[in-house]
Amino acid sequence: MQEIHIVDIRKLTEIIKTKYGYDFTNYAISSFKRRILRILELYKFSGVDALAKKITDDPVFFEEFISEITVNVTEMFRDPSFWRILRDKILPNILLNHKRVSIWHAGCSSGEEVYSIAILLKEMGILEDSKIIATDIDDRILERARSGVYTVKNMELNEKNYVRFRGENELNKYFEVKNGLAYMDKSLVKDVSYRKHDLVNGIVFNKFDIVLCRNVMIYFNQNLQNDVLKKLHESIFKYGYLAIGSKESLIWCEIANKFIVVNNEEKIYKKIKE
Amino acid sequence: MNHMKFQGLHNNFKAIVIGGSAGSFQGITKILSQIPGDFPLPVIMCLHRLKHVRNGFIEALSIKSIKDVIEPYDKEPIKRGKVYLAPANYHLSIELGHYFSLSTEEMVNNSRPSIDITMETASYVYKNKLIGILLSGANKDGALGMKRIKDSGGFTVVQDLADCMIDTMPAAALEITKIDHTLTVDNIIKLFFEIHNLYK
Ligand SMILES: C[S@@+](CC[C@H](N)C(=O)[O-])C[C@H]1O[C@@H](n2cnc3c(N)ncnc32)[C@H](O)[C@@H]1O
Repeated sequence: MQEIHIVDIRKLTEIIKTKYGYDFTNYAISSFKRRILRILELYKFSGVDALAKKITDDPVFFEEFISEITVNVTEMFRDPSFWRILRDKILPNILLNHKRVSIWHAGCSSGEEVYSIAILLKEMGILEDSKIIATDIDDRILERARSGVYTVKNMELNEKNYVRFRGENELNKYFEVKNGLAYMDKSLVKDVSYRKHDLVNGIVFNKFDIVLCRNVMIYFNQNLQNDVLKKLHESIFKYGYLAIGSKESLIWCEIANKFIVVNNEEKIYKKIKE
Repeated sequence: MNHMKFQGLHNNFKAIVIGGSAGSFQGITKILSQIPGDFPLPVIMCLHRLKHVRNGFIEALSIKSIKDVIEPYDKEPIKRGKVYLAPANYHLSIELGHYFSLSTEEMVNNSRPSIDITMETASYVYKNKLIGILLSGANKDGALGMKRIKDSGGFTVVQDLADCMIDTMPAAALEITKIDHTLTVDNIIKLFFEIHNLYK
């Protein structure tokens, strides 16, 4: 593996910021560097300079770049115990006071998490009363999310997770395999709104009962995590919930005192202060 | 306890990274059962483990360990004398400000966590002040990481091939770089004692 210098990465992020308005300056440097190296290899660029030139000259390539620089690995019912708590504790709690539930998937990637929640809500009989918005910075991955088509190999893992989640059915009730691909039942997500949204430079656009932002902020450094958390905080109703990845923590964040921990294992927080 | 001298050892190291895979569990637990409570350096372990079993492993490792084994959270600061373990299904990187980052990037060498990633990022941060130890395993993960540590002037150790349950992993490292020491688990424990001594 070749080495690239931080100054070169800085130059690149500056160009992107000026030309396209995306700001990667405060992404966690270790993974960001690996992503750049991967792109250099994938497209056989001689170095960061060549990549920077291509990005400057070719907006279509830039879309591809966004798609490659982001990490889209995801699963349905990832951390089954998280989804169980959501079903058995969090949602019943919200439903005590509300008839409708609004949910934002921030960084929804290829949409597996959206199908997870839709299946969960359907099995609880409240899918029709829910409003789901799913956003990501990566247009191409959003296309994949909208299409609801997954590989059979990934479905095997998803099915295992679903079993451990202890869903009501078999997961295969919700998809059909054709030509070696799994086509999800799209009626599950007919009311889901998929939108492009950048957590770093994007605006706060609505308020929700639950915000899921799992395994997204691990790609940010501490400063950026703080900034983005402020936006997430603003996007949650008072006494609404925030879920982050099971290996993320709010402990080091400035805004931590505006939340209480509802479930530490599954990293579910409740907003208690504006 | 009989002392052993290790060529190239000094008291200016900042961290130890340990990589292990198939057949390394016993060795690791033995080492952990011997690391003194006031051992000064952070010990960062990247071990291949079942991807979807979040719990159990750390408890199993902790039973005999003198120190608590910590699965760090994303952005957790690295502290002296603590023992860390890469969480299941995440790559574990070390960042310049001496804290951890987690990531769910694609598997590397069929592994997540990947030993190469942990070792390469640790080497970038700690340079020649890093000790890398690679134990038993059935694939080649960690070989490039060990090379990186060696190339940056760090101190490298692989488990003695005859002492390994499966020697593919240390053998792969020996093949691509010159490793400072080839040691049995018992002698790796002596290395820990010697470091402990040097820092007194
Ligand atoms: C690893 S995926 C997380 C998927 C899912 N939430 C999970 O936990 O399985 C991270 C996602 O965050 C998105 N992302 C990265 N930076 C972002 C930003 N600035 N704004 C919005 N989404 C972003 C990536 O495109 C990627 O799809």
